[in-house]
Parts: sequence; structure tokens; C-alpha cells
Amino acid sequence: MVEITVLKRPRSEAVETQRKFFKKTARGKVIKVLRERYLRDDVSCGIKGCRECSTPDAEALPEQGDLNHPAFPKGHYILPDTNVFLAQMDLVESPLFNPPMILLQTVMEEVRHRSLPLYNRLKALSKMDEKKIWVFYNEYRSDTAVVRQPEETPNDRNDRGIRKATAWYNSHIKLTRPVVRGQAPPSIPKVVLLTEDAANRQKAESSGISTLSVRKYVESMSNSTQLLDLLASVSEEIEPTKASAGRQALYPEYLPTGTLMAGIKAGELHQGHFNANQYNYLEGSVAVPAFTKPILLIGRENMNRAVNGDIVVVEVFDEKEWKAPADEVIDQDSTLKNDDVEDSGDEGEDEDHQLTAAESKLSRSESRSSEKQPTGRIVGIIKRNWRAYVCHIDSTSLTSSNSTSLSQQTVFVTPVSRLLPRIRIRTRQAPSLIGQKILVTIDRWEVTSRYPEGHFVRALGKAESKEAEQESLLLEFEVPYRPFGKAILDCLPPQGDQWVVPPKSDTSPEWRGREDLRDLLICSIDPPGCQDIDDALHARRLPNGNIEAGVHIADVSHFVHPDTPMDSEAASRGTTVYLVDKRIDMLPALLGTNLCSLRPFVERLAFSAIWELTPEAEIVNVRFTKSVIASKAAFTYEEAQIRKDDPHQQDDLTASIRLLNSLALKLKAQRMAAGALNLASPEVKIHLDSAESSDPIDVEQKEMRETNSLVEEFMLLANISVAKKIEDTFPQTAVLRRHLPPPKTNFEKLQDILMKRKGLKLDVSSSGALAASLDLCLDPSEPAFNTLVRIMATRCMLSAEYFCSGSVGKDTFGHYGLASPIYTHFTSPIRRYADVLAHRQLSAAIGYTPLHPSLHSKSHVDRVLDVVNRRHRMAQMASRASVEFYVGLALKARNEKEQKTLEASGAGNKSKQAAVTEDAFVIRVFKNGVGVFVSKLGIEGLVMFKQETQFDADNYTITIPSADGNATISVFDKVTVRIEVEKDKNTQRGKVKMTLVKPIDSTNL
Amino acid sequence: MASRVEIINQGGFRSDGRRQFELRNIEIDLSQQGQADGSASVSHGLTQVIVSVFGPREAKIRSHTFHDRANLNVEVSVAAFSTGDRRKRSRGDKRLLEFAATVKSTFEPVVQTNLYPRSQIDIFIHVMQQDGGLLQAGINATTLALMNAGIPMVDFVCAITSGVHSTSPLLDLTTLEENDVPNMTLAMMPKTQKISLVTMETRLHVDRFSEIVKLATQAGLAIHREMKVAIIGRAKVLTESLESGNRQSGSGMEVEEKYE
Repeated sequence: MVEITVLKRPRSEAVETQRKFFKKTARGKVIKVLRERYLRDDVSCGIKGCRECSTPDAEALPEQGDLNHPAFPKGHYILPDTNVFLAQMDLVESPLFNPPMILLQTVMEEVRHRSLPLYNRLKALSKMDEKKIWVFYNEYRSDTAVVRQPEETPNDRNDRGIRKATAWYNSHIKLTRPVVRGQAPPSIPKVVLLTEDAANRQKAESSGISTLSVRKYVESMSNSTQLLDLLASVSEEIEPTKASAGRQALYPEYLPTGTLMAGIKAGELHQGHFNANQYNYLEGSVAVPAFTKPILLIGRENMNRAVNGDIVVVEVFDEKEWKAPADEVIDQDSTLKNDDVEDSGDEGEDEDHQLTAAESKLSRSESRSSEKQPTGRIVGIIKRNWRAYVCHIDSTSLTSSNSTSLSQQTVFVTPVSRLLPRIRIRTRQAPSLIGQKILVTIDRWEVTSRYPEGHFVRALGKAESKEAEQESLLLEFEVPYRPFGKAILDCLPPQGDQWVVPPKSDTSPEWRGREDLRDLLICSIDPPGCQDIDDALHARRLPNGNIEAGVHIADVSHFVHPDTPMDSEAASRGTTVYLVDKRIDMLPALLGTNLCSLRPFVERLAFSAIWELTPEAEIVNVRFTKSVIASKAAFTYEEAQIRKDDPHQQDDLTASIRLLNSLALKLKAQRMAAGALNLASPEVKIHLDSAESSDPIDVEQKEMRETNSLVEEFMLLANISVAKKIEDTFPQTAVLRRHLPPPKTNFEKLQDILMKRKGLKLDVSSSGALAASLDLCLDPSEPAFNTLVRIMATRCMLSAEYFCSGSVGKDTFGHYGLASPIYTHFTSPIRRYADVLAHRQLSAAIGYTPLHPSLHSKSHVDRVLDVVNRRHRMAQMASRASVEFYVGLALKARNEKEQKTLEASGAGNKSKQAAVTEDAFVIRVFKNGVGVFVSKLGIEGLVMFKQETQFDADNYTITIPSADGNATISVFDKVTVRIEVEKDKNTQRGKVKMTLVKPIDSTNL
Repeated sequence: MASRVEIINQGGFRSDGRRQFELRNIEIDLSQQGQADGSASVSHGLTQVIVSVFGPREAKIRSHTFHDRANLNVEVSVAAFSTGDRRKRSRGDKRLLEFAATVKSTFEPVVQTNLYPRSQIDIFIHVMQQDGGLLQAGINATTLALMNAGIPMVDFVCAITSGVHSTSPLLDLTTLEENDVPNMTLAMMPKTQKISLVTMETRLHVDRFSEIVKLATQAGLAIHREMKVAIIGRAKVLTESLESGNRQSGSGMEVEEKYE
């Protein structure tokens, strides 16, 4: 059993052992704190062979100290003070710097108060075997403990304590090695105080302690040349430990609401959404109608506590002060990694440095006047758009990572999205949340606090586990994903999946006014595995030589009636969201995948659009009708393609596919002639291992077949025809979709790059001109180049949106990308709510049902479409993010596989890390890195260079010096990158990391 | 909260310079306080508690009268200045009531209440200063005050708080440690080594529990030694003054006479 002792502390010692201080809580309450400590004599000095102290040999410092330093021939130990660790951590961490070191408790505690991350580094260092470091608990040893004198600053007290400990060490060593008669006097090694503080040195010298500055000490070391490089260039004096000075405001206060409103009205202030820059956390922008270019906000102060998505009010600076955006990647994680959670008030030195660096770069780029953007600052916030954010805990900000710790800690959490600042939260369960995805909401952001403050909502699960990632995706993009409630399910037909189209009769309500199209040769063509089939097609020759083509859309409005719980739920969901391994339905699965889905061999209700077309695909007439169909087959794109191309297939169904295809080709040609754009977006497909485990095996680019285009053309045709019809009937409230032409300025940068790098011109005067000039953007040596340009052009455009026909001017109805004067969505009512509305309006337009009163109200339609637009955007982002996550998993799987084969093939080159390498295009050049696009994987990445580079912003090139000649990289260059998935040590967040392999290896850059 | 303090640092020291199994300074004062029949002031480090015992005396309230035993009545008051932030606690404070009930149930089986039917013993606990281990100080002081009052007891009751930081057990926690570490208070009777109280407000891993109980029992014995010394010392003072009082009683009479 262990020995249990009661420590005795005589009353007389109370002056030394009790400590009283006052502290102010966050709420401003003053609390008196009384602490005691127990001074002892068994705190070991840590020197090997000491007569009085016992130290385990393995950890002890050598008996003679370090004999290699010329200034101390009899051996020495160094005893650095706090500022050495605060300023010269890199030096101390260097494997070349290894004199035996005494680390005082006072010093450790001071470092801890100044910067937790530094403290953690120091702690790790003191545990390392290679380093000879002994931690001496001077505050607990009765000989070395000091008490703060009245009028003494904490900093002076600590300095005195450090000097006292140094003096004690020197006398302790002398005392424990007495001169023995008849023997040579023992050599006494010295303990040297290292400090950057001149005043402290002076005081030490006056009391007979040998002391040196770090620079002096290192200069006379044998390997000084290498070590001097590591010395941080600090001046002799470092400012003393900041006593908790009053918190000063870091941000300007917002203007009162009245002033803001008046300013906006007068046109002096501008209102808009705040968009953070994902590459540079010190930059953001606000798009306002008054300027063609968005207003640039540079620096934390000008962004004034705005969080991405907030509606803010901006004041624009004088035109003289306008600036261009920085061409640099500034990552908040790496820049602020030594930032301390608790002293939010003071600006960290690191960051100041970074900020000034960033700003000086900015000022340099000012010469490029053409690039200048309106610049301003945020003076007020109209509406915060704060929600719950998915975050990771930053483990270095933890004071105690012990799993049993229950104490409340203030920690940083890093949002998954790069657009958001770090958030500070207080929690009692921080240690158990490390490595988990958690949900955090922001509560407030005070002027005195550099970071917003929030609170922990709940844990989502382990980072990188599929469930947690999936849920975090859905939350991050605000996808409503809860199961349908009972009230909603009660709206389904009571027969459940037994529901069938009743036998044809005049009395049956299902058959009322429906055409019987069950005999037609209708088939559906969809991607493989598609369950919610909402469209089917047919075509047949008419006796007059024309062709009848029909598009049959699932009749969702038969099941989903207005003003029911199911309808309002579908309206609020807006769209079905497709993730790689999950589908979040807009409508309950019974409808989506069964009753509405136009599955083959069963009778289904449909809404049909039937055209009579000439063989040249000119529309003779079109009619819309509710119908009953029985699909004859459900093909995948591939099956349909094979069937069409197989000359042996001569049945009627195949013939009708061929007929459809021939029409589609002509329709497409007509569309292209009208100036439709052929855009591209990086689309990839993830192969999953099996349905259950859903481990990704590989990624491949989506293939486009003729049949894809076949279906697309007929859907476009149907949508356009329906749009015309409903706009005709309901000119005020028709649900339409438009794509505004992009402002010319959006293309300026791309045009400039194309001109300078490839000598190509991009004509953006109209969609037709753009389509034509895009076709000419060819690089004979690089077939993928055209696709790349198309992707980049797509990004310059605005996104399409739903709108209510009465709410905007008729001249803005047009769809830019499709070059159609009018357009709507009609063909996917199972997965898009706008289509349901279009169905209802069309049904009223043909006199089948009366129009529900809500669809006569412009404001109601506007409101619903606002939601649908937002959901639509979010859904797209969510599925993209899901693909990205799986690409990451697939890469990891591929890396592991290659690692295995590498190990199997020979253990010789273990050092060589197996990694996926892919070809990539440079799409952006920054001052300290390049943005690349890997088309094969459909992902974008950043390659960062730590080394100095030459950056030519005008020509979009960057020159990287390397041992074997400089390498110049410019936009559109093809490079090879190595792609690895690495985990962030702090947050356990998986990140795709890319490094250049060709033209030069940037691993060490 | 002082989150910037490590519970156990690399050198194995706790924030106040103690090691894992070292208890804080214990001070016991058993001198007479006011009208109390027995009193004790006990401090563990910076936690100080004064307990005054009155009784056994006639129970005033009928409902508190038992025909076969004495009723223990425990009341707790906390001085407003006992903690860092000055705060007045009302007498109806639920935590204080619970505290009192815990003390009561700890002592009911130990005090030989059956010797005093229809009477009550009042125990007033005054908390003067708090720095963790309040219950432990309260129980220890009550034991001593009861003994000081000459109330027959089966055994001492010695209480100790213990906690676990990561895997290392700690004894006698300060407020700082109590806030951070899962902890429990254990009261034991040293003669039989029986446990009369175990209480926890935090979650402690079940694997650690038996280890902690064993350790706390040992610590209870260490506290018992201190308490025994104090009681014997007090008894010695009392007997000495009794003897000297006997010797001087004649002269005392004389003095009285002189005044009359």
C-alpha cells in the first residue's frame, strides 16, 4: 500500500505559502482567491550523482554538464528564461541545440499563460529522449520559492524567482561537491542564465550569476552557423508579460440602425450579403447593385465581425484607397496556430506580422490599377445569418486533454467550411470531443473579442466516419433530413403500395378526363439504379408523314394536393438531395419510388405532353393531357444506347428510340444554332464496393452518351412548351425558370488569362458568340483543355433561378445557357417542387382542375420559389461536397492499396510513400501557391510553396526556384500532382493535400 | 475558472506542491467555544469548519421526539466570506440541507443515541473557509465535537475526499481539483474499518472504484491518527485542569468568601 502522509505547514510559514489575489470574472465580478502551497525539500535538482537529491539516472542531466562550449570549459548547464521560449522556440526545438537544460517551473507556467500551443510544444520537448532537459519545480522547493513583494509586478517576481533558482543551483552544485582533502578539487560546472532581457541580465550579474543572451551563447557554440539561422530576429528587448490590461476594442462599433437606414436610402451606404474569401481569411467581399464589381473588404477590422452569409451594410472608401484583392493564400489554421484562446483581447504578434505582410503585398499590387476594386468597410449588420456550424475542436487550444477532466475550458473550434472564422466555446467535455465532428452555434461577437463566441450543440460522431460526415453535410447545407412525420404519411393513399390504377370506367375518379395511352410503346431511360423514374418517352410515325413524340411525366399532382401537410413539407424541402450513398427525398418514398415512379410493366398516371413534329423536328402542334400509361421498358442510358446501335434489334421499341434520337439530334442542332451554350462541369462517378458497406473503390468521370442527350432534348422541349402554355394562361403567376446573362465583367479575368497565356479570344457579347468562341478554344496537344475552359467559363456565369412571371420584367425571362426565351421545370415533379407547381398550373391551363387560390397569389409563389431556389443551391453544394468526401475516401483507399503493393514488392524502399499521382491543370496562381484542377477526379486543390517564389500577377505565372533550375508555372499549364489525404493533427479533419511532382517536385518547398 | 492549472504536472506535483498521496495540513482545536457542550474547529488546508454540539437535551418539538433514542439535529451555516465571491446562502439552501442530511445519516449509526431516549443532540456546523473537501472537514469536526461533548460513540468517523486524474488517484482535493476531477467523499470507522458513507456527485469509472475506496480507507486511518492525538491532548488538558481545580478548590472558596 502506498504511504499516506499528512503535510505539516506551520502557521508561521503562511506568508510564504499562502497567496491571495483578486480576479475579475467574465461578468465583471471581482473574486478573491486564496491559494496555499506546500514547500518541500525533496524537489530534485536533476543532476546525476548529486549527493542530496535522488534522480532516476535515465532522466538526469550529466554530472559535468556540457563541456563543449568554449566559454565554460568546466562544464555548464543552461537555464533559459521565459522569453527565450516565447521567441526562440525553433532554436530550442532544433536537434542541433542540445546543451543540458534546466527548465524552471516558473518559466513553464509563464509560457503557459502566454501561449498554450507554445506550452504544449515545450512540454513535448521536455519529454523527448534526445533532449537533456530537467524540469525543476523551483516554486515548491523551500530554498527557491519566492513571494511577490508589494509593488512588484508579476513579471519582476518571476524574473527574481528565476535568478534565485539559478543562484541556488550554483551553490547547490558547489555544496554537494565539497573539496576532499588529498584529492584534486572537483570541477564545478556552471549554471548559465539565458535571457534576452538586458535589465534582468544586469541584475543577475550584480548578484554574481553568469548570464548570456541567446545570440551570444549560440554564436560561440561549435555549430553556430546552422543554429544562428534559427534565431528569430527579435530585438534585445521583448515587451514584458502583459499584465491583464483592460480589454480594448478590436473592432469598430456598428452604426445605429437609423443611421444605416438613412445611409442606404441616401446611397452613401450599401447593403449586401457578405462573402468570405475561401483562400484568404483576411479578405471578403460584398456584391452590391451600385458597383459592377463586388466591394472588397480587406483585413479583420474592415470585415468588422461579419460572418459569411450575413446581410451587411458597407461604406465604400474614397477611390484613391481602392485596392486589388491579394493574390495570396492565407490560411487561418496555419497562421493563427499559436493563438491563445483566452487572451482574445490582445492582438497576437504572429498575426500582426501576417497582417502587415499581407497588407504590404497588397500595397505592392496597387500599381495594377485595372484590377482595382471598390474597397470599403462594414459599418453595420442588417441581419445575422448565423446557424449551427459543423466544427472540429482544435486540440492545441485545450488546457487539459485528460479524458477524466471535468473542468470547464475555453477552446477553439474550427468550422469545416473555410469561409468561417474560428469560434470560441466553453465546454466541460472538450477532451471527449477531440476527433469528433460537433455542431456549434455562434452566440455573439463582441468588439473586444477577436473571435466569435458560441456554444456546443451536440456531437455528430467520429470525424471521417460515414454517418457523421453525412449528417454534417446535411446540417452544413441545411438540408432537412428528418423522416416524414405521421401527418405527412397520412396524406398518402390508404392502399399503400397496393395502390393500382383502377380498371377503366367512366365513374372512376382516376380515369376522369384521362387519355388511355396504355397501348403506346413508352419507355424510360435513366441513369443506372434510378428508382424515382419521373419521365418516359415515346415516338411513332403518323400517317401524314409527321412524327408524334410524347413525353410522359409522373402525375405527382394527382397525389400531392395543395394545402396538405405533405404539400407544405415538400415545399419546404424544395428538392430531393442526392448524396453519393443516400438520397434525401422530397416526397415520401412510397410516392417517389413506387406510386408516381413510371416503372415498367405497370399502369401509372401521367401528365403527357404530345407533339406533332415534322421529320425536320419542327413543331406542328402540341397538346397536354392527363393520361394513363404503361411503360414497356426501363432502360439505362447504356442499355438504350446499345439497343439503338445494335443493327439486329428491329423491334418497334428500338425503332421508336431511333426515331426519338433522330429528332433529338435535330432539336439539338436547332438549339445550338440559336446560341445555346455547351457548358461543362466536373462530374465524376463514385464506384461503391457494395450496397451495404458502401466503401468507395474508385472514381471515374461520368460518361456522356447519345441517349443522355436524347432524354435531355425532349425534356427541354417539354419544359419550353409547358412554360409557354402556363405563361400564356397565367401571365402573373406562372412558375418559370430563367438564367440571366452574366455581366461582362465576370469574364474579364478569364478573357485576360486566355489572351495572355494562349492568345485566344473569348467573345462574350452574347450566348451564341460565347458558344462559338468556346468551340475555338482548342489546344491541339491537349484535348482536355477545351473542357477546362468551359468549366471556368461556367463559373463566371450566374446561376439559374425560379421566378414568378409577374414579378420581373418580361424582357428578363430568357434562359441564357439554353438560349430559350422562356423556360420552366416540368419534367421532374418527384424530386423538384417547382415542377409540382408547374404541373398544377398546366393542369388548370388545360381545364382539368381549377387552379388553387394560392397559385393565383404572386407573393405566395414568390415566397415558395425563394425557398425552392435556396434549397436547390444548397442541395447542389451538398451533393458536390458528398462527392468530394467520397473522392477523398477513394483516394485514401487507393493510396493504401498502392502502399500494400509497394510493401509487397520489396521492403527496400520504405521511405518512398505511395501516393496517387494525377495530371492536373493550373487554374489559378497565387503568390505562394497554385490552384489546380484534377479533371479525372473532379476535384480542385491547392499546392502551397513555403519557399520564396517569383510571382508575376500580370502574366499569371509563378517561378519557383529549385536546385535543378527554376520552374515557371502558369495558368493552364499541365502539371502532375501527388494527392494525399492527410489528417490535420489538431482537428483530426481529413484534408486533401496536393504536392507538385512535375515540372518540379515541391515536396520540400 | 482557473483552467490554467495542471492537476498533476510532469514532476508528479499537484497545483499546491503536494504529491498524490499527501494530505493537506490538518489543524484541530478542541477548546471550549461559547455555551456549547462540545466543540471542535478543524481545518484541512484552507478549509475550515467549526462544529458546536449541544446536548443531549430535552427534545422541544414533539415530532422530533423518539421514545427509544435521541434525535440528531444537524444544521449547517456557511459564512458569506468563506468563498472567493461573497455570497449569502439562505438556510433553506437545498445543498446545505443535503449536506446536513448526509452528516446526520453518517452519525446516526455511530452515536449511541439509544442511551438518551426522548432527547435531542444539536450539531451546528459553521463553515468558515472553503477550499474543497467541505464534507470531509464537516464530518471530522463533528466527530471531534461529539467526543468533546462527551457523547458516547461506537467509533471515530474519519472522512476523506479522493479523486482520480487520468489513472492516478489523488487524496484530499482542493476546490481546484474538485472542479476538475471525478471525486468521492468516504467516511470510515477506523476500529472496524467499516465505511459509513460514500458519496459522489461526479461519475467515476467503475474500474477505479475499488482502488479508490481502499486508498481512501488508508487515508482515513492517517486522519484518525491526527484526530486521536488531538483528543488525547485535549483530554490531558482537561484532566490536568480538573486536578489543579481540585487542589485549588479550597482557596477558591476563600476567594468567594472574601468577596462576600
